[in-house]
Amino acid sequence: MTAKDSAFAPLVYYPLNPKLEVNPMSAVEATGAETHSASTAAGSPQAELAHKCLYYMLLMREVEDRIERKLYRQGKVLGGVYVGRGQEAIPVGSALVAVPEDVMFPSHRDMAVFFIRGVSARRVLAQYMGRLGGLTRGRDGNMHMGDMSVNVVSIISALAATVPVAAGAALALRYKGIPGVAFSYFGDGSTSRGDWHEGVNFASVQKLPVVFICNNNQYAYSTPLNLQMACANVADRGPAYNMPAEIVDGNDVLAVYEATRRAVAHARGGQGPYLLECKTFRMTGHSAHDAAHYVPKGLFEEWGKLDPIVRIEKRLLDENWGTQEEIDELHAAVTREVDDAVAWAEQSPYPDASTLLDDVYESQ
Amino acid sequence: MSTTYLEAIREGLWEEMERDPNVFCIGEDIGEYGGAFKVTAGFLEHFGAKRVVDTPISEAAIAGASIGAGLMGLRPVAEMQFADFISCGFDQIVNFAAKCRYRWNASVPMVVRSPSGGGIHGGPFHSQNPEMWFVRTPGLKVVCPATAYDAKGLIKSAIRDNDPVLFFEHKALYRKIKEDLPTGDFTVPIGKAKVVREGRDLSIITYGAMVWTALEAAETLAKEGASVEVVDLRTLVPLDRELICESVRKTSKVLLLHEDTRTGGLAGELAATISENVFEYLDAPIVRVTAPDTPVPFSPPLEEAFLPNAEKVVEKARWLYRY
Repeated sequence: MTAKDSAFAPLVYYPLNPKLEVNPMSAVEATGAETHSASTAAGSPQAELAHKCLYYMLLMREVEDRIERKLYRQGKVLGGVYVGRGQEAIPVGSALVAVPEDVMFPSHRDMAVFFIRGVSARRVLAQYMGRLGGLTRGRDGNMHMGDMSVNVVSIISALAATVPVAAGAALALRYKGIPGVAFSYFGDGSTSRGDWHEGVNFASVQKLPVVFICNNNQYAYSTPLNLQMACANVADRGPAYNMPAEIVDGNDVLAVYEATRRAVAHARGGQGPYLLECKTFRMTGHSAHDAAHYVPKGLFEEWGKLDPIVRIEKRLLDENWGTQEEIDELHAAVTREVDDAVAWAEQSPYPDASTLLDDVYESQ
Repeated sequence: MSTTYLEAIREGLWEEMERDPNVFCIGEDIGEYGGAFKVTAGFLEHFGAKRVVDTPISEAAIAGASIGAGLMGLRPVAEMQFADFISCGFDQIVNFAAKCRYRWNASVPMVVRSPSGGGIHGGPFHSQNPEMWFVRTPGLKVVCPATAYDAKGLIKSAIRDNDPVLFFEHKALYRKIKEDLPTGDFTVPIGKAKVVREGRDLSIITYGAMVWTALEAAETLAKEGASVEVVDLRTLVPLDRELICESVRKTSKVLLLHEDTRTGGLAGELAATISENVFEYLDAPIVRVTAPDTPVPFSPPLEEAFLPNAEKVVEKARWLYRY
């Protein structure tokens, strides 16, 4: 499934508030963005998948680099900026498995989930800039966004709070007889929260179709894993819920893809939830203002060698799935796409202060 | 045949589940056991486990799963076994549910039913009135019915509402009050207060079980020649400011009454609203009768001292009447 050919199933969801006239576009409505199709490569399905993976990882890397290293420093992006640099394989490898009926709960380092669901880089950048063109029309920033017309639910800052919500979405899918799966994303830190355990337990008891995807980047803000949990792996928590749990190399996009396929087959098959722990490393501080001095020397260099983009590019060449020229062209196409998206977002107006009171309730 | 407050809620819930296949119940012990207060007794047998979902003791999961189901177009009715336990699901309600529409235009149609209030010797954790935690969270609606008619009409409106609604059921009223209800489908609009007793000399503005306390006090005062108006707010959010001001304009004296504790209770907001809008009409200071700022005590003499009652209301109202 690419962003362009997704035909979303006729799920019952509530339409946008008709009162809201300022920005009635849905998440996938064409913003006029030229989206690279990522499937120029003829050849095997595997080659095509690898190209697609590379495209979405490059797009996420480029958008986040612009946000963190340029727009934030220029004062054009305000507030907290949290990036998933080096962790792109997790949202990309997993979300490419999803079908339109599936409901996505991306966390704050999973930007590519939005792209894969068809949300343009233009709208994502407008969101970060607090513009009307963003998915929340300036009501919220960064990755705090969603759109039920593409089955993407917004996180809140207390990240594990989405875990029981994902269980509820899965309950609704089963209730309605829709063969969808809820994709619940979170980090290692979230698994310390009570609502994480409540949501996972409820999903297990009810055998709900949820795939729990842990981005274990080994730091929750400044707190390392050994101060976060007493077990060695997040996956170790699975057996307590009688839930299959699998550890996967989170920097290998194809490995994440394959593991997600196993997890989704289990969940979609009515066997209940599945826990996927993707081991990776946070290649930045918690947010743009955090220099991460607490990370022991050498770790960034060590993990830098495992960069998922470098790895998929090497694999592409090794397996003869593509040429260096094709890779170069993909880089160039992504740069062009993001140049255009930044320009579009900068032209998107700020919300008018007169709309401050709107949409607290459906009718007010 | 007379219907109790509890039966009215049960009937309203039942009829909505019959009317709309997207309505379902979720909570602790609500299935085979029928709920701690038996509001959902018989629901499991009739509607099945798909629509009567028994959960682990996980208030965050109950609230969170309701949000997820609501986002997907279902209409969950969650039961908190006691309103006191709602704090375990607080984040889900005030940060997730309340802010979805404002932030990203997502409807979260869900009802959280919570038995609240004291007078049953429940002690500090089975007697609280936590409505103000939610009244001051934009995005939530808060409903506190006082009569069987309103309980049935408002639970139906709450279920049909596209925003999250906190529905506080006063547990001391469950089997204590009853009335004849009309047959057939009826609703009571959210956001509309009601004058339940007309009067000229002073207004008592209240909600929930205290409506009955106010009526009892009004009856006593009538014998002393005072004509007391009683306003039942019915809904705390949205607040019917118009009717409140109208009553004050009419009587010029106002006593604010609630079972909830004093500081940060609704009476403060009501007093400010009255002061801002109809100050010129007031002939006396605004008077409050509320529970004091303590936890709800267990032992009968203490609980009795804690709860407002007709005697306490009469005393304050008499002073106000003579002012």
